Amino acid sequence: MGELRLMKGNEAFAEACIRAGVDAYFGYPITPQSEVLEYLMSQKPYETTGMVVLQAESEVAAINMCYGAGGAGFLPVTSSSSPGISLKMEGVSYIAGAELPLIILNVVRGGPGLGDIQPAQSDYFQATKGGGHGDYRLYVLAPSSVQEMADFVLIAKEMAFKYRNPVMILSDGIIGQMMEKVELFDPIPRRTIQEVEKQAPWATTGKKANRERNIITSLDLDPLKQEQHVYHLRDKYSQMEREDVRFEEISTEDAEYLLVAYGSSARICQKAVDLAREEGIKLGLLRAITLFPFPSKRLAELSNQVKGMLAVEMSLGQMVEDVKLAVNCRVPVEHYGRTGGVIHSPVEVLEALKSKIIK
Amino acid sequence: MDFKDIIKPENLVYRRSSLLTDKPFSYCPGCGHGTIHRLIMEVVEELGIQEITVGIAPVGCSVLAYEFMNMDMQQAAHGRAPALATALKRLMPDKYIFTYQGDGDLAAIGTAETIHACNRGENIIIFFVNNGIYGMTGGQMAPTTLPGMPASTCPFGRDVNIMGNPLKITELVAQLPGVHFATRQSVHTPRNVRRAKKAIQMAFEVQKNKKGTSFVEFVSNCNSGWKLSPVAANEWMEQHMFPFYPLGDIKVDGNLVTK
Ligand SMILES: Cc1ncc(C[n+]2csc(CCOP(=O)(O)OP(=O)(O)O)c2C)c(N)n1
Ligand code: SF4
Repeated sequence: MGELRLMKGNEAFAEACIRAGVDAYFGYPITPQSEVLEYLMSQKPYETTGMVVLQAESEVAAINMCYGAGGAGFLPVTSSSSPGISLKMEGVSYIAGAELPLIILNVVRGGPGLGDIQPAQSDYFQATKGGGHGDYRLYVLAPSSVQEMADFVLIAKEMAFKYRNPVMILSDGIIGQMMEKVELFDPIPRRTIQEVEKQAPWATTGKKANRERNIITSLDLDPLKQEQHVYHLRDKYSQMEREDVRFEEISTEDAEYLLVAYGSSARICQKAVDLAREEGIKLGLLRAITLFPFPSKRLAELSNQVKGMLAVEMSLGQMVEDVKLAVNCRVPVEHYGRTGGVIHSPVEVLEALKSKIIK
Repeated sequence: MDFKDIIKPENLVYRRSSLLTDKPFSYCPGCGHGTIHRLIMEVVEELGIQEITVGIAPVGCSVLAYEFMNMDMQQAAHGRAPALATALKRLMPDKYIFTYQGDGDLAAIGTAETIHACNRGENIIIFFVNNGIYGMTGGQMAPTTLPGMPASTCPFGRDVNIMGNPLKITELVAQLPGVHFATRQSVHTPRNVRRAKKAIQMAFEVQKNKKGTSFVEFVSNCNSGWKLSPVAANEWMEQHMFPFYPLGDIKVDGNLVTK
């Protein structure tokens, strides 16, 4: 059994980065995720694993530092909260275009604009549909516990290199700020520069005499070549959909109705399922763990079993569009959720299920 | 001497640096970018550091620098090269890292990255090509455009009351303790080319000794953007650019040069 600690989600993420052998972290303070940088600086991993930790002058600089690091085959991490993530989006698009590894954590707060500093899930569109410009996708993981804030760093690391693509961990102010017991995985040593070069023969670590020069770019002025490049990216996204969809089901075996949720909202829905079952309503929950690729196939299957679905998210309704696409009008799909930093209760969820779906 | 003697190695007086690829430059005839590329590659070749050098060229006319420089290169978003360089140098402290940026890139959209990389004293070289205009996008006003100088977005000349004053960013960053070496050069005559090369050598020396940031500005021409012939552009540069952007060292060995 790994080391047990009581930690905030943000701290667990930071500790997991050190333990996962991440090469560099670049960030800029913003509530509710500043503990990531604060924790890293308090641990001084640059003295132990050699991990670079730097407070950048802005989110823009931080994401471009990540581009530089990823381009040399290293694994960089950055984190922020909604407004800061918006600032990073040009860089994220470049990193996706240049096919570089990256882990990016968004501890979502209410918005738009400066919004507030309370938890929200209103950055789903930005995370899963682009956010930055151009035809690209992120691999998006949604943790729903402090434990997953730590564990998903390992999945993110694997996916970032498997696909040479940025991975976003879409968290929120609840998961980032709350303290829970977490079992930490054992430290994995950072790669040596030789190992980096072996794993990433495309990396710009200096042109050796025995190979062609390596170039990191997202530019191709020839539209036919650019199109080929984008098709190549599309093939990676299709592969994600085939091989790396993640989700969890709770009480779905006999379910007549289904809640669909992710992150902290899924925790709330778990309680709503219990309440419903106490009343004799056969309610189940599908928790999406990857938001892209989305568990559409499983939802399509479940739409042959249940009478209706309620997408529960702390937003005006964003993920609900993906649920509707998956279900393709076979059963009614509605959205419920508070937004702007307000958190819905399990009772509110159950009431919404009754009024919108069961009727 | 017949042809066979002339091509003997001992008679060789000049050759293209082996670190320039065979690809013809995409720069306009007469443009300074090509000469500056050549000088940097010559210095890297002479120092024998190709295997441990990484260059970064952001958006601008030189965005395709990686097509011409035969070394590992990264292409950066507009203005962000110093951020990339920061990461590369910190992760690989024993490698040589340089950026190659235009004036719009470095002194407008990327001002924050420029100043903060310099202020942290990142052990990198920033090569800064100041042609007083946005070349790549077709000759718009740059932060360095001279007062009264026309550009496509100030067709009647830069009116400093409306458009602000040109930014002498090299003098500005030279004030920062992190900057060890700051200089302003040009490559429009053989004499200036030789001086510019010495400045480039000095910058690599500073990086080797881990002394801090080197900031090497080249006042250069953009004959296309300025709408002048190459020869007239160089004359115009001497008459107008140099009085405003005087050539010479600005900070050497960590000390401001007093004139
Ligand atoms: C975010 C962003 N804004 C604008 C542009 C368009 N753009 C490309 S190059 C450039 C100006 C380049 O001028 P400069 O840095 O002076 O270099 P030069 O082309 O003169 O060598 C601009 C505005 C861009 N690529 N990205
Ligand atoms: S547009 Fe200007 S800076 Fe660009 S290549 Fe032509 S002359 Fe040089």
